Amino acid sequence: MEALKAELKGKIVEVLNLEDISVDEINDNDPLFGDGLGLDSIDALELIVLLDKDYGIKLTDPKEGKTIFESIETMAAYITANRTK
Amino acid sequence: MQKEVYITQTNCITPLGLDSFSNYNAVLEGQSGIQLHKSNLMQEPFYASIISNEVIDVAFSKISESKEFTKLEKMFILALEPMVSKEDITSKTAFILSTTKGNIEALANTDNTIEDAQLGTLAKKVSAFFGFKTQPIIVSNACVSGVLAIAIAKRMIQTGLYDDAYVVAGDAISEFVLSGFNSFQAMSSEPCKPYDKERTGVTLGEATAAVYITSNQNKVNKESFKVIGDGAVNDANHISGPSRTGEGLFRSINSALKEANLEANKIDYISAHGTATMYNDEMEAIAFNRHGLQNVPVNSLKGYYGHTLGASGLLETVLSIESANNNKLIVSKGYTNCGVTQPINIISETKQHEIKYFLKTASGFGGCNTAVLFEKMN
Amino acid sequence: MEQNYKIAQHCVIENNKVFLNGVEEFSSADEQFPDFIKAAYKIFKSNYPKFFKMDNLSKLSFLAVDLILKELDLNEEDNDIAVVFANKSASLDTDVKYQSSIANKGEYFPSPAVFVYTLPNICVGEISIKHHLKSENAFFVFDAFNAEFMYNYAVNLLESKKTDKVLCGWVEFFEENYKAVVYLVQNNGTLEHNIKTINTIYNK
Repeated sequence: MEALKAELKGKIVEVLNLEDISVDEINDNDPLFGDGLGLDSIDALELIVLLDKDYGIKLTDPKEGKTIFESIETMAAYITANRTK
Repeated sequence: MQKEVYITQTNCITPLGLDSFSNYNAVLEGQSGIQLHKSNLMQEPFYASIISNEVIDVAFSKISESKEFTKLEKMFILALEPMVSKEDITSKTAFILSTTKGNIEALANTDNTIEDAQLGTLAKKVSAFFGFKTQPIIVSNACVSGVLAIAIAKRMIQTGLYDDAYVVAGDAISEFVLSGFNSFQAMSSEPCKPYDKERTGVTLGEATAAVYITSNQNKVNKESFKVIGDGAVNDANHISGPSRTGEGLFRSINSALKEANLEANKIDYISAHGTATMYNDEMEAIAFNRHGLQNVPVNSLKGYYGHTLGASGLLETVLSIESANNNKLIVSKGYTNCGVTQPINIISETKQHEIKYFLKTASGFGGCNTAVLFEKMN
Repeated sequence: MEQNYKIAQHCVIENNKVFLNGVEEFSSADEQFPDFIKAAYKIFKSNYPKFFKMDNLSKLSFLAVDLILKELDLNEEDNDIAVVFANKSASLDTDVKYQSSIANKGEYFPSPAVFVYTLPNICVGEISIKHHLKSENAFFVFDAFNAEFMYNYAVNLLESKKTDKVLCGWVEFFEENYKAVVYLVQNNGTLEHNIKTINTIYNK
């Protein structure tokens, strides 16, 4: 799962235009929303698109996003369990 | 003293009718333009309020043989046509067109050039049809555009640059907008339920509406409405979510009341925005409560027309004028149980109610808000 | 109608050059817009990470306004400066990008982060958020810069006391053709607020 986590960090920085943040600065368990990376509601929607586009996962209930996108760790775990690509 | 400015004519083109009177009667009967559609516009069937192309073509053929107009352009022309033939157009007559996306579907066809999607192209075509003499003023300010356009007309007449104005607002259903709202998870899978506990998002719609606005007292009659105050204040909070305290809407209403020199408790009816998203409806309830407006009868008309984007503020004002002229409240369609944390007085049955002053509000992406106050001349 | 207002600051961004009050503050001849505006953002130390999420129109508008408002003593919570912007192409530059994300039904991934910028007034929203401008705002579309309209509309806002400062701007962007002319109207300043001066600023 380490490779996936590294891959996710890279994708998040790119897809969400986090220009000032380098991949090394993102820790696996840092909160992505709120205080940590400071992502907002539009970023959450973009991550839902990312799950679909890159991993073939369609979230049926977007509210699930709250727990899935808590951190890189939780994202990687969810993707590993549910990916179709 | 600022010049006094009045709406003396209205019209609208929607799935419920091709004039204000038909629309008002249809709405009183509880009819809705919202239907389930299966088309290549979306991958799954979706609810929306769409006008039949044939209805538009038949109506348009009565006023012109021309084949060069898009559906939306025909709708704009049809909305204006009955009122433009009645009044003279001078070099001090403003032409104000409100739209969010105009002919955006032109982008989907690679035979088109970018000019076909420009809002200026659309406005010029509509203007040329009627022979307006002034440069079109296009208001493109998200979903407040339709009601903001009324404020713009009033403000520009008060500058002295214009004596009167034709204001038309419209937007069409498109894959572009449907897919976008879908990507925001903002579309309801059922017809929208503004302010309701079970609301799950918007239903989109298409329409055009038009009003004639003048400072000429001789044109005022007892069905005219004076535009007595306005405000268009930004939340300065987030580009796609409204302020949790309803700050921008609160200040917009405040600005309108102050200008009108009117106490909030004089407002007889509120035609609110009510898109049926969790956040918008909640924000409005908070803003209305902050002004002590929680007991004023309020509705959203989006249960009848869907969210018509750039048309909504003007279309809903036109219906509110019918409502006020008849002193009859229109039910807020789609509402059953209160789903906002602060109480507001949602209209749940048609009944007689004296309406002298009404408030129209709107909010939109970019944190914008607009509030306009109207006074019946009767 | 009183017409005693002044233009306190003006900023022009065009041809990869940035001018504040007529003085060239930055230029970068060879680059495409995204690199140019990023370099300008860094030079002027705007320090606002959300800048990188913005579309071209918003980045252009943001920078022009930032340079002007840096000169003012704004507070952290609540400022009353109206924003009245206009352009010719609305949000078409971003609209075209969004359209390409839905053009291919096989690769159909509409982006909410792109879609949100398919409205021209979003650039005004971004400016309002950064500078806490809880004030009047509007976005218009004209075929060409319309000094007469901007002048009259700004004066109306000031005369009706809906605000005491107005940021007026023409912010046009379509596929590497861009021009931003933003100026601040208020009670005091060096230039007269009239149609002639406004056109001079635009045409220089």
